[in-house]
Amino acid sequence: MPSLKDVKLKIQGVKKTKQITKAMNMVATSRLRGAQGAMSGFRPYAEKFSEVLGSLAEKAGGDASSPLLTPKAEVKKIHIVLCTSDRGLCGGFNINLTDKAKHFIKDQPASDVEYSFTCFGKKGRDWCRKQSYPIADTHLGIVGSRFGFHVAATAGKKLVDSFLDGTYDEVYLLYSQFFSMGRQVPTLQKLLPIPPIESTDTAEKTGAEEKNGYLAEHICEPSPAELLGDLLPRNVYVQMFRGLLETSTSEHAARMSAMDNATKACNDMIDRLTLAYNKARQAAITSDLMDIVGGAEALRG
Amino acid sequence: MTENIKLEVVTPEKSVVSEDAQIVMAPGEMGEFGVLAGHTPFLTTLKTGPVKYRDATGKERIVFVSGGFAEALPDRVTVLAESAERRKDIDVQRAQAAAERAEKRLQTGSPDVDYFRAKAALHRAISRLEIAKSRSL
Repeated sequence: MPSLKDVKLKIQGVKKTKQITKAMNMVATSRLRGAQGAMSGFRPYAEKFSEVLGSLAEKAGGDASSPLLTPKAEVKKIHIVLCTSDRGLCGGFNINLTDKAKHFIKDQPASDVEYSFTCFGKKGRDWCRKQSYPIADTHLGIVGSRFGFHVAATAGKKLVDSFLDGTYDEVYLLYSQFFSMGRQVPTLQKLLPIPPIESTDTAEKTGAEEKNGYLAEHICEPSPAELLGDLLPRNVYVQMFRGLLETSTSEHAARMSAMDNATKACNDMIDRLTLAYNKARQAAITSDLMDIVGGAEALRG
Repeated sequence: MTENIKLEVVTPEKSVVSEDAQIVMAPGEMGEFGVLAGHTPFLTTLKTGPVKYRDATGKERIVFVSGGFAEALPDRVTVLAESAERRKDIDVQRAQAAAERAEKRLQTGSPDVDYFRAKAALHRAISRLEIAKSRSL
């Protein structure tokens, strides 16, 4: 039976924890709003970009023989760009991402493949170190805060260069896709070689084309193939930027719900402890009364 | 009265300009070009430099653009750029500092300086400064 004082102290402690989790929840909420703003600011650019890229790829057709598009005959060196958060206390967010990486590596048919990583976020870096995978690059303090496009462009350029000089045969981007407040899904996407540009995207576009009388026939300066050569690396940066934005948003959403759960758990705990406290208090009063009554009886006797 | 075209300048971070313009002049990779309403569909990459346009009231406006491309359609011009700022939003001090930094890097001439990157940075900074200065004209 815990003493009255112990229970009281415990309640105070839990209340303090609750204050912290509640504050973190609110911070995450406001950051989430910022991240969502950044995502919606990026959307017009991304849409326009894929539209132009789609129509160009269609036009350049056969002569689109950029080395960024051609898969390597033998895939021996796989590079993974792992986007995680810098800080914990966000539920299973980082574990889900690193698990995805682990499964991806396990499911590879060839066993003699070398893996290397570029890490955005401290948690991913720590995981790579623990698994002793070589880390080509680490970027801290980016996911979860406000960052510019140049971050993605600089990192992306390095990847493109390394891909071209044969350091990597394939490059994947592993990020957390943001679906809703309650759902963030770790997603693996091939960055390089650039997968054939989807025709589904063109199908959607034809609908849009008919609507606003969009003419697909452009004069291109320089040639379509050259333009495409200029846009393809940029496509990699755009994908990376999107991945980073999605991961940031997901992190805040995950932290929000994790902290919400923690606050709820604190409330439950406080309720239970208060009950225990009151029980202990009553037991103490009862036993005191028994003592007094017992003493009085003895005196009278 | 000529018809207006819709000009949009978009960066990955935000939309910088979205308004009607009478004419748009942009620094294309193969030379500067102007766009009026009814332009034939046209797609080009852009050099670092100023995109000038005359807005619906006939006022000249300038936007700094770097690392982008432009798509012209009969009724609209879309510029997608890695960075873009309206003239009044240019941070002159920052551009000045960037110019000095880049110059210093170029002067050292050591092999670990990425020559093209420094050159591009210098070019961007100078272009920003020029646009900002043209305010007094």
